[in-house]
Amino acid sequence: MSRIQESVIVRTVVRIMVPFILLFALYVIMHGAGGPGGGFQGGVIFGAGIILYAMIYGIDAGKKKISDALDRILASTGLTIYAGTGLLCIISGGMLLQYGAVPLLPDNPAEVSKYLIDFVEIGIGITVSAVMISLFFDVSSPESEEAEE
Amino acid sequence: MKTLALFVVILAGAMLIYAGQDLPAFGDINSPAYQHRMTQYFIENSLSESGVPNIVTALLANYRGYDTLGETTVIFTAGMAVILLLRRREK
Repeated sequence: MSRIQESVIVRTVVRIMVPFILLFALYVIMHGAGGPGGGFQGGVIFGAGIILYAMIYGIDAGKKKISDALDRILASTGLTIYAGTGLLCIISGGMLLQYGAVPLLPDNPAEVSKYLIDFVEIGIGITVSAVMISLFFDVSSPESEEAEE
Repeated sequence: MKTLALFVVILAGAMLIYAGQDLPAFGDINSPAYQHRMTQYFIENSLSESGVPNIVTALLANYRGYDTLGETTVIFTAGMAVILLLRRREK
């Protein structure tokens, strides 16, 4: 454990800030349709929030929140949401990712497109955040091994 | 070796700065990006066609959704490659 990780100030600030960082990440993902933001940016912020927690409270504590298995599942889930939306458009008789073809609101294809864009952004966000977290966990060595060395 | 690397970096940076002089000025109305007819089309039709007020998102997720799907796949593949190469196996 390094000196920064033992600092009460740092631990308290991180404990208070991390929920707000994660909330902000969700806001950025959902805000993508109406202003600056989107799945890539929000996913990176979400991943950074978890990484900040893992940096201060330790890799093992971070892995308790997001385990390796969950991380792998999330990374593929996000891509499946995106590709599945594209497939849904094909099944509905349109082209790949032609959102207007999905018959949710038959008289208003633009409205359907709006919601499906949000849905797709969520998929991007899940994949990007899971990959960010897994990259961090993979290149950092767990504390239990550090103690042995 | 370090001097050579520094020289290469400075040379590449100087080339980029030199090439940057030819870029259109920020917000220049005569730049090709503003003059292209597709720009006019997207400004006029992106809201009614895709339903989102943000033109950037309309382009990213609707007009170029296939491209963004590829980008997401690239990130996913990179993550999986790092997992394959670096993840420590549980003993």
